[in-house]
Amino acid sequence: MALKGNLREFSFIQLLNLINLAKKTGALYVEGPSEISKVIFREGKIAYAVIGQDTSNLLQILVNASLINPTQEALLQERYKNSSDKEKGIYLINSGYLNQEQIFSGIEVYLTEIIRQLFTWSEGFFRFETGELTPDEKIPARLNLENLIIEGARKLHEMEELREEIPSLEMALKFTDRPGMNIRNVNLSVEEWRVVSYVNPKNTIQQIARATKLNDLEIRKVVYALLQAGLVELIRPGGAPIALSGRRLATKDPAEQKSLVNRLIDRIRSI
Amino acid sequence: MQTQTVKIVVTGPFNAGKTELIRSVSEIDVVSTEKKITSEAEKIKNSTTVAMDFGRITVDDDLVLFLFGTPGQKRFDFMWEILSEGMLGFIVMIDSTRPETFREARSILETFRAYAPTPYIVAANKQDCQDAWEVEDIRVALRLDPSIKLLPCIAKKKSSVKTILLELLYGILEEMDSGKS
Ligand SMILES: Nc1nc2c(ncn2[C@@H]2O[C@H](COP(=O)(O)OP(=O)(O)OP(=O)(O)O)[C@@H](O)[C@H]2O)c(=O)[nH]1
Ligand SMILES: [Mg+2]
Repeated sequence: MALKGNLREFSFIQLLNLINLAKKTGALYVEGPSEISKVIFREGKIAYAVIGQDTSNLLQILVNASLINPTQEALLQERYKNSSDKEKGIYLINSGYLNQEQIFSGIEVYLTEIIRQLFTWSEGFFRFETGELTPDEKIPARLNLENLIIEGARKLHEMEELREEIPSLEMALKFTDRPGMNIRNVNLSVEEWRVVSYVNPKNTIQQIARATKLNDLEIRKVVYALLQAGLVELIRPGGAPIALSGRRLATKDPAEQKSLVNRLIDRIRSI
Repeated sequence: MQTQTVKIVVTGPFNAGKTELIRSVSEIDVVSTEKKITSEAEKIKNSTTVAMDFGRITVDDDLVLFLFGTPGQKRFDFMWEILSEGMLGFIVMIDSTRPETFREARSILETFRAYAPTPYIVAANKQDCQDAWEVEDIRVALRLDPSIKLLPCIAKKKSSVKTILLELLYGILEEMDSGKS
C-alpha cells in the first residue's frame, strides 16, 4: 500500500481528485518546504485539515465566518476555555446560539481556506495513511471536493501541462455516470456551463471550442477542470464503433479472423 | 500460402518496462535499439530504447506475432504513429512506482487511442516493488473507466506477461464477437 510521491510530479489537485473518486478514508500528509500539512478524509470528503501546529479554535472559526460576534466569542471563550471544540459545539447547539448546520458551514469555510493554501504548494513529499480519523476533540466536517477541485483546476495555466492532459482536440466528451454525482451541485462558471451544454459524444472538443468561441488554451482549461472533477470523460468522437480495418488482419472473414486470434491465444498459452 | 504477420504494440512512459516485457516472451533475442544514456536527468538506468524494440512469437508456418516496443522518451514520439499502423492491439505499460509518470502515461494512452480504434490493455508494471501503487489507485489516477482492462504486471516474470497478452487477445475476441467488425 503505497500512495506517496512528490507534489512536483503529482499535484495536490490530482491527489484530491484521486481521493475524491476513490472515496478514500485516511490522512494525507504533505511535507512542504517549511511546514507539514495534514488533511483527513472520510469517504472522499474532507473532515479535517491543518497546516503546521493546530492552534485552531471553534469559536475563532465561527467569528471569522461571521456566525458569532467577537463579544460573544470572548464570553464563550472565557466560559469554555478548557473544553474541546466538540464540547463547545454541543454547548452552542444546546443553548440555541447556532444550529448544527451553521457550525458545519463555519468549519467548511475554514477548511476551504486551508485547502486553497495547499493549492499553492508545488513541491513536497506526500503520503496517504489509510484509515486515520479526525482527532477526537475536533468536529469532523464533510466538505465535498468537487467544487474545490474545479477551483484549483482553473488555476492551472501551463499550456504544456494542458496539452499532456488533453493531447487531441479531436476527442469528444461524455458525462461520467458516477453514482451520487449531480452536476447541478457543482459551482461552474458561465464559460464552463456553456461548454457543458455542448457535451455530447458527437461533438469533438474542437467543435465545442468553435461553438463557444473559446481558443485552444481556454477550451483546454475548461475541459481539464471538468475532467479533474470527474464530471466528464474523453471518448472517441461519435462513440465511433470500433472497426477492424482490413490492414490489421489479411482476411475480412469474421470466422477466419477469430480463428487466427484463437491460434495466437493457444500459442501464447503454451509459452 | 504466404506467412501472415500480426503486430501488438507495447507503449508507455520512459523506463516503464516495455523492453523487459517483450524480452520475457520473445523467442528471439529482442532486437533492440537501445542506447547508452548520457543525459544526467534521465540517468536512472544505463540504456533506453531510441527507435523501437522488436520481439517475435511464431505460431506456425503461416502465422507470426510481432511485438513492437515504442521508445519511451518523448523526443522519439514521431515513431509512434508509424509503429501503431495496422496493429492488432496495444499494451500501455505503467511504472507503478513512479506516480510522476502517470500523467504522461495517460497522454500516451489517449494518443494511441486516437491513432487506431483497436483494443488495448493497461499493465500496472513493477508490482513486485515495495513502492508500487495499488492497481485500483492507479485506475483512478489515470481516470480509467471500470470497463478498461487494467492488470497488475511484473514484466520480469514470463507468467505475468503471458496473462497480459492473453487478456489483450481475449479483448480482441470479445470485440469481434460483439459484431463491431
Ligand atoms: N522490479 C521490477 N523491475 C522491472 C520490471 N520491469 C522492468 N523493470 C526494470 O525497470 C527498468 C526499465 O525497464 P525497461 O524494460 O528498460 O523499460 P523501457 O520501458 O523499455 O524503457 P525505455 O525504453 O527507456 O523507455 C529496468 O531496470 C528493468 O529491469 C518489473 O516488473 N519489476
Ligand atoms: Mg525500452
